[in-house]
Amino acid sequence: MIKEISILLRKEILLERRQKHTLNSLILYLVSTVFVCKLCFRSVPEPGSWNALFWIIMLFSAINAAGKSFVQDSRSRFIYLYSVASPQAIILAKVIYNMLLMLLLTGIGFLVYIILLGSNPVQNMPLFIVNALLGSIGFSAVLTTMSAISSRTNNSFTLMAVLSFPLILPLLMTLIKISKNAIDGLDTTISYKYLLVLVGINVISGVLSYLLFPYLWKD
Amino acid sequence: MNIQKNWWKFLAIILLLYTVIMGFLGEVPAREILNETIRNLYFHVPMWFGMMTLLFISVVYGIRYLSSGKTDDDIIAREAAHAGVAMGILGLITGSLWARYTWGTWWTQDTKLNGAAITMLIYFAYFVLRGSVEDEQKKARLSAVYSIFAFVMMVVFILILPRMEDSLHPGNGGNPGFNKYDLDSKMRMVFYPAVLGWILLGVWILNVRVRITRIEEQILNDYSGMKDQIL
Repeated sequence: MIKEISILLRKEILLERRQKHTLNSLILYLVSTVFVCKLCFRSVPEPGSWNALFWIIMLFSAINAAGKSFVQDSRSRFIYLYSVASPQAIILAKVIYNMLLMLLLTGIGFLVYIILLGSNPVQNMPLFIVNALLGSIGFSAVLTTMSAISSRTNNSFTLMAVLSFPLILPLLMTLIKISKNAIDGLDTTISYKYLLVLVGINVISGVLSYLLFPYLWKD
Repeated sequence: MNIQKNWWKFLAIILLLYTVIMGFLGEVPAREILNETIRNLYFHVPMWFGMMTLLFISVVYGIRYLSSGKTDDDIIAREAAHAGVAMGILGLITGSLWARYTWGTWWTQDTKLNGAAITMLIYFAYFVLRGSVEDEQKKARLSAVYSIFAFVMMVVFILILPRMEDSLHPGNGGNPGFNKYDLDSKMRMVFYPAVLGWILLGVWILNVRVRITRIEEQILNDYSGMKDQIL
């Protein structure tokens, strides 16, 4: 199982390296969104809005990134994968891959964001990083499954957003809460209960993806 | 009508008649701000109970569909979601009206209200998902998976998030809520029958809708069989 996952993961990364334009387009999407926000806001927003804006930009980038995870597999490649790999290995590989992608995007997004908006209000950086790490796992688990559902429909692009928004909200609100604590420089112990909620949401969405994906897979 | 089989429908009618009559005419404790709007407890709160019951039925039949693959399970899951959303919309309207008279606004930023809004969004997305798949089997499977995922996330949202921040809603943050009315046994005498009555009404609506859909399917099947014979 672990071997299967690592091979599938390597396949995803190899594909990404061969088709550099997909990754580049995601990064460009992120940078242009931040730039649009910068031009619309003009001045540096106060920490509350700074925080909310950052996570909304990350949400849109994540939906864009994860939305591609099943669409790009062509019909013949899909049948090939179906015959050689177990669905559990495929979903785990995709979730791990999307998690790495989201971590990369969050890192780049954060750098671009503080450079373009011109200030970094985060006072408790370790908490912010842990939060971003847990957030990537949760985003990836929920969005990969939603992408698997929406890629099976005729209306996949809009449907991806419509299906994901309400499901991602508990996660997003917890992320924003913790990240606000990190910006205000509150002691990490205050955020423990929120971090616990975040871990809980991640575990639940991970388990659900693992259990439900085999039903999406067979056609 | 067979009384032994349909006794619960009579029970629903009696309970709802009792709820409406006692709800509007019965005695209620006089409390400041709430005043007579306290009667909304018999209508607004039970509607959410009814909605959750129906949505729970929908998820259970979604799980059953995934393991059995029977179209009938999917019909029940879909119709339960329809009836549940109808109950939820009634819950939103009664809550909104109540908020207008006590809080002075139709809608406000509050975790309980957000939970209700998200529930509605999830199930509207569920219907959009069903609408955008042609193939019946695939539609049933995708929407079952989505409804299971969504229901669990919704329960997480409704259970966890209100505990993280304070809420204006009765029962939270020192606002008078159901715990205080617990002292008042007269209100409980109406509230519990009301909950049961509204849940039964929801199940009844579900029952009728499922039967109508089954007949429609039957007619469609017969018709396509007939067409094959003619051609």
